[in-house]
Amino acid sequence: METAYNYKEVMSRPERLAPGHRMCAGCGGTVTVRAVLRALHPEDRAVVGNATGCLEVSTFMYPYTAYEDSYIHNAFENAGATLSGVETAYRVLKKKGKIKENYKFITFGGDGGTYDIGFQSLSGAMERGHDMVYVCYDNGAYMNTGTQRSSATPQFADTTTTPAGTASSGKVQVRKDLTAIMADHHIPYAAQTTFTANFKDLHTKAQKAIYTPGAAFLNVMSPCPRGWGYDPSELMNICKLAVETCYWPLYEVADGRWILSYEPKKKLPIEDFLRPQKRFKHLFGPGGEELIGLFQAEVDRRWEELRERCGS
Amino acid sequence: MAVRERLSGNEAVAYAIRQIAPDVMPAFPITPSTEIPQYVANYIANGKVDTEFIHVESEHSAMSAAVGASAAGARVVTATSSCGMALMWEELYVAASDRLPVVMALVNRALSGPININADHSDSMGARDSGWIQIYAESNQEVYDNFLQAYPIAENPAVRLPVMICQDGFITSHGVENILLVEDDKVKEFVGEYCPEHYLLKEKETMAIGPYAVSNYYMETKRAQREAMKNAKGAILEAAQRFERMTGRKYGFFEEYRMEDAEYAIVIIGSAAGTCKAAVDQIRETTGKKVGLLKIRVFRPFPEEELAAALKDKKAVAVLDRSEMFSATGGPVGAEVRAALYDAKSRAEVVNYFYGLGGRDITVEDFRQIYDRLEEIAQTHIIEDMYAYIGLREK
Repeated sequence: METAYNYKEVMSRPERLAPGHRMCAGCGGTVTVRAVLRALHPEDRAVVGNATGCLEVSTFMYPYTAYEDSYIHNAFENAGATLSGVETAYRVLKKKGKIKENYKFITFGGDGGTYDIGFQSLSGAMERGHDMVYVCYDNGAYMNTGTQRSSATPQFADTTTTPAGTASSGKVQVRKDLTAIMADHHIPYAAQTTFTANFKDLHTKAQKAIYTPGAAFLNVMSPCPRGWGYDPSELMNICKLAVETCYWPLYEVADGRWILSYEPKKKLPIEDFLRPQKRFKHLFGPGGEELIGLFQAEVDRRWEELRERCGS
Repeated sequence: MAVRERLSGNEAVAYAIRQIAPDVMPAFPITPSTEIPQYVANYIANGKVDTEFIHVESEHSAMSAAVGASAAGARVVTATSSCGMALMWEELYVAASDRLPVVMALVNRALSGPININADHSDSMGARDSGWIQIYAESNQEVYDNFLQAYPIAENPAVRLPVMICQDGFITSHGVENILLVEDDKVKEFVGEYCPEHYLLKEKETMAIGPYAVSNYYMETKRAQREAMKNAKGAILEAAQRFERMTGRKYGFFEEYRMEDAEYAIVIIGSAAGTCKAAVDQIRETTGKKVGLLKIRVFRPFPEEELAAALKDKKAVAVLDRSEMFSATGGPVGAEVRAALYDAKSRAEVVNYFYGLGGRDITVEDFRQIYDRLEEIAQTHIIEDMYAYIGLREK
């Protein structure tokens, strides 16, 4: 069912997110949405769901919507449950002969609405096995309300609720591994990806997520220029560094099989990922070396665990 | 030919759900409404209804899924009580403001704390500002009849608002009474098909629902909701008229029991009305005093003018609330009835009492004493026990 990736063909598909919305220049979230929607077959209709967050408030400001497909926003913590309702209605009405067209169901939530306040709703939706895709655009903090920490925020990151100061080195806890948690819901497909190498990884994973029957989860690292403190033009480079340092490994879990999508030939030190971001500036001052050491140790530990799980 | 049966309020609601066969039912269990999703699950498991059940993991998700399914174009039902409804509180506002005709069976139970599973109205009264139509029942017959009228009211094009059909926890939900049921085919014809004008899955059309709206737009949406709630009055009466033609049973905004010549009246919502009716009959038989009961059926929209007209010329009125609103003054029903009487320039003495909180029983004797108090208040024009709790243990 997998079609060979043709970059030119995929990139010339009609946009299902219209321009003119209010997302920031260099926002990873918008790139994620457009990339995922591009994986839809052009003849398939979709209902796009969305938790409250940067994406929703900037792409659906009354009286305008940026979505070419039908779209529903409900509240902050219930993207999973809301789209469960839409998907169920579709199955019922289709069975009764009231719906003729084919629909796919894709809901987007930031890490705030997914890892934290929306966690229960996501878990329930996946557990019930609705034929839908939950896409987390993970930018590592509650960005819409001004960069407060989430459980997806990396350790030592400076956020507005975990600021680096004379008595603090930023966020205390390490980040939650949500992709693994969702894979352990034993859903047919879960994957972790971001923007690398002509978007092939993201596109093929989005395609699999959408067209594998049952519940699917995609965790897409979607950097935020404002919250992370990098120049908008550096978006793709930041993603490359995240992958090459193994901070954000690319992998998928299909029918319980853990598959590593990419292994860097030369694993870069985590400093290379941290240095270009203002949110880690304090790690390059006095005492920072030790903290970077701790960060590196955590990255290494998780990377080895993942490699073992994937049998490499 | 009506079907004669003996059912509890929960059984009756589940029976109505089977007859109506809504497309989707997202529901989470909570005492004393749990039996409703259980009975429906049983119907489904035995091929008696094709409603699709969503086993949501919380009540917040129940209403979230209801919003999604209704927006998608399906007819949706759910059931809950007390803290379950409190948990879905923000979603009640979304369902109403998104103008979705969701129907909810609300089995009234006290809100925590302390945790209490018995009947009082703090749950539905706590949601009276949410934009939902609220219809109450005294008995299993009424909750069944109200449920059959719910979708025609909710889906009326001039309304398009969600409806909660309320019944008292345990007293009505679990108490078994005789009941007259409508035949399946008559119900189907009465309720009709759900044909929304716009929905997410409409052929050749797209819709976006749930926008972010800045101050330039928000206020107008509330005004539109207000208009829909005003239209609901007409829709409720229309549905009641059609219902009467089908069954012979009459419904309106409230029931007036022996009110025509009554000088002293009690205003109440729910099952305690039955106890009060017994007191009314006893008093009239033994003393000849002219007492009556006004039982409110529709609380939202609030039938202000009609209530004022029915009460304004009484000598004294006691409004009984089965929930606190902690204004340190009156309760929700008391406050709204008194406001209505004030606007009508009524000269009636009005007293507001609380009763039945956390399921505390109220007796025929309690009601007799209230009527005695009303007579005293009418003569002396002095109210010393305003906002008293009936049946409170003082020590």
